[in-house]
Amino acid sequence: MVEILALLADGFGIALQPLNLILIVLGCSVGLFIGAMPGLGSVNGVAILLPLTFVVPPASAIIFLAALYYGAMYGGAISSIMLGIPGASTAVATTFDGRPLALQGLADKALITAATASFVGGTISVILFTLAAPPLAHVALVFGPPETLALMLLAFATFVGLGGDDIWKTIFSICIGLVLAAVGTDIVSGEPRLQLFGLTGFFSNINFLVLAIGIYGIGEMLWTIEQTAKAGGASMLSRATVSVRRVLAHLRDQLTLWKATLMGSLLGYFVGILPAAGATPGSMMAYGVAKQLSANPDSFGKGNPEGVSAPEAANNAASTGSMLPMLTLGIPGSPTTAILLGGMVIWGLEPGPQLFVDEKAFVWGLIASLYAANLFALLLNLTFIPAFIAVLRLPFTILAPVIFVLCLVGGYAPTNRMFDVWLILVFGFVGYLLRKLDYPLAPAVLAIVLGPMTEPALRQSLLMSGGDLAIFFTRPYSGPIMVVAIALLALPLIRRLVRRFRTG
Amino acid sequence: MKVRMIASLVGLAGAVMAPFAAHAWEPAKPVEFVIMAGKGGGADKAVRFIQSIIAKENLGPTVLPVNKPGGSGAEALLYLKGKEGDNHTLMFTLNSFYTTPLRQPGLEVDIETFTPVMRMAEDTFCLWVNTGRKDGEDINTFEDFVAAAKAAGDKWIMAGTGKASEDNLITDFLNTTFGLDMKYVPYKGGGAVAKALAGNNADSTVNNPSEAQGFFVAGTVRPLACMTPERIGLFADAPTMKELGQDFVYFMQRTVVGAPGMSAEAATYYQDLFTDVFHSSDWQEYRKKRALVGDPLTGDDLMEYWKREREIHRGMLDKLAGK
Repeated sequence: MVEILALLADGFGIALQPLNLILIVLGCSVGLFIGAMPGLGSVNGVAILLPLTFVVPPASAIIFLAALYYGAMYGGAISSIMLGIPGASTAVATTFDGRPLALQGLADKALITAATASFVGGTISVILFTLAAPPLAHVALVFGPPETLALMLLAFATFVGLGGDDIWKTIFSICIGLVLAAVGTDIVSGEPRLQLFGLTGFFSNINFLVLAIGIYGIGEMLWTIEQTAKAGGASMLSRATVSVRRVLAHLRDQLTLWKATLMGSLLGYFVGILPAAGATPGSMMAYGVAKQLSANPDSFGKGNPEGVSAPEAANNAASTGSMLPMLTLGIPGSPTTAILLGGMVIWGLEPGPQLFVDEKAFVWGLIASLYAANLFALLLNLTFIPAFIAVLRLPFTILAPVIFVLCLVGGYAPTNRMFDVWLILVFGFVGYLLRKLDYPLAPAVLAIVLGPMTEPALRQSLLMSGGDLAIFFTRPYSGPIMVVAIALLALPLIRRLVRRFRTG
Repeated sequence: MKVRMIASLVGLAGAVMAPFAAHAWEPAKPVEFVIMAGKGGGADKAVRFIQSIIAKENLGPTVLPVNKPGGSGAEALLYLKGKEGDNHTLMFTLNSFYTTPLRQPGLEVDIETFTPVMRMAEDTFCLWVNTGRKDGEDINTFEDFVAAAKAAGDKWIMAGTGKASEDNLITDFLNTTFGLDMKYVPYKGGGAVAKALAGNNADSTVNNPSEAQGFFVAGTVRPLACMTPERIGLFADAPTMKELGQDFVYFMQRTVVGAPGMSAEAATYYQDLFTDVFHSSDWQEYRKKRALVGDPLTGDDLMEYWKREREIHRGMLDKLAGK
């Protein structure tokens, strides 16, 4: 313990050097912007800026990129709340309640909730990181395909009932997401499959963002335009205001959200350290669990601040968590850390079990910088809230076309494929129709995110066991998780049966 | 040592000369560098590293890496094929460059139409096992491995990087040559494969040295044999397959390819550019650290190499398909 504190003190010595402080400020600011732009997530930001980092020492380079990663986690929430379009996959769950809050004229409350929850999640996870990195790295290592499947099932289970009361429509929506997730290449074998209509664009898997931008950016926007027109041209969105008094009141309200924020932080961190999971499923699960634990679960999806704080705390916590397997095992916990890992090679560092032993200054400099980056990102975010609100006050007739353009640019930017732009338009139109028919679309988005992680885990497990399902229950970690997941899945059914029994 | 010094001197000279060298053709805009694999994998890391060398040493144009991982490289191959006559598109390839067109003739991709630019390296393969196996068995030599895998039958799990991938071809060779029945479980990339072995979720792997290196240094995994002509310096204890009585050598190319019908002037320009990159001290250091081998190959020599390798892969794939 004393040793850890000494190492951390050394780390702060490095993180607080003027150059590194400047890089933290710069990284957070760039990240915030990248995260807020629909389509541009931390993956792209880190990949684009990576080759520029050779001009500074390795510790400074990773501090900059980690700050950017962090800033993007904060920024992702901004477009989720203001535009209803998730800025990055990690911010999808934030849309579910952040957007309704904004539509009620409470955008400032949603933004403040997102910023403070991100800060709490980030800080809690860095503390956990500081205290217990090596033992947790071991858990990440023994976590194999059966454990991953159990975890994914748990994520699906926490989402049961998310789509409202019509179970069949929810299942239909999940199935659409799963089919879309299967398009392109067989994830396990690399064989081509489901290459619809023989179009080259379907040779690779459909990027989840394409679906999310289509459904939320285009589909929801068409829906909002229709509603606004019906209401005589006035949207609640533009009634957003901000004042010091309101900000203080919202900050005080954060205390009532402590349960969701704390749960999101812990869950996000633990999901984040598991290789191949990362911040997206972490934030989704946090949302689902927050709903299950909440005193009034029915208000979720209609603008419950808990539905903002839980996923936002989780995605920041997970982004810290995913650095753990990267540093200690050389295995990225998320797509962004996969690129950071490449960066470490460029800087001449060897990620892996020896890194904590051989490169103390680098590791602890990074950890210390995360504390600083968190604080700075919070301040930056709070400072800019009035500016964001001012944007929302623009007439909807100006805002809507701007959002539309941002969606298309955001869909094109990550892959440089015109095909994705056409897909966004198709998904947007279909999404609008389904919305009119009252189909829940969040389960489809969940399925396209988790599908590509669930499928290989299932198939690898069954290959390992020779087709024996017992493998999911006999292993020390997957067994208990599996039991909890199944119990959660069965819960709504049991509740329904009990209700029918009582009334009947 | 001497060779390295000369190499770095050449690299230095190249770096100094580059801005002054007059070329008949020079890029008029940033060059797109297509990667046949996803972000974060071995090929992706290499391209981003090359991009940083070009920028750092001021060797040439701005390079924009673009990932096209779809269909085991099919997406990238079709994309490059569609760029016929384009002087601003390059691609970084691995062995799916041969196997994907062979397995999917419907793509109508003929690799002989592509412009050979430069082979930057060849990656090597070794057989790895965990040093602390769950069953407590200590596998120290290749003979131990054969005995244990034989006893386990199809309970022995070999983790690798996808069906009909490099790893699968090597596994197939081991199975048929030594009368084994190892079960091949595909993972998403070399890093995930290495982790599966380290976490005892697999019994063996045929990772590239760079992928297993971290766990090797930590003492978690051990190389038993390498598919190289000579022993690899970093793992001097591991014999080659040749020493074990099998004439089996297998490499994965790390090669820069140009679009079909690229102008001769542009091809010369890129060949010079990547010669400079090859001889840069950073690339040489990277090769040494990652245990990469393979001399630089360009032009007709590279094309001959492709044709030779394609025939080797055709034979391996036929065998895998049981033809």
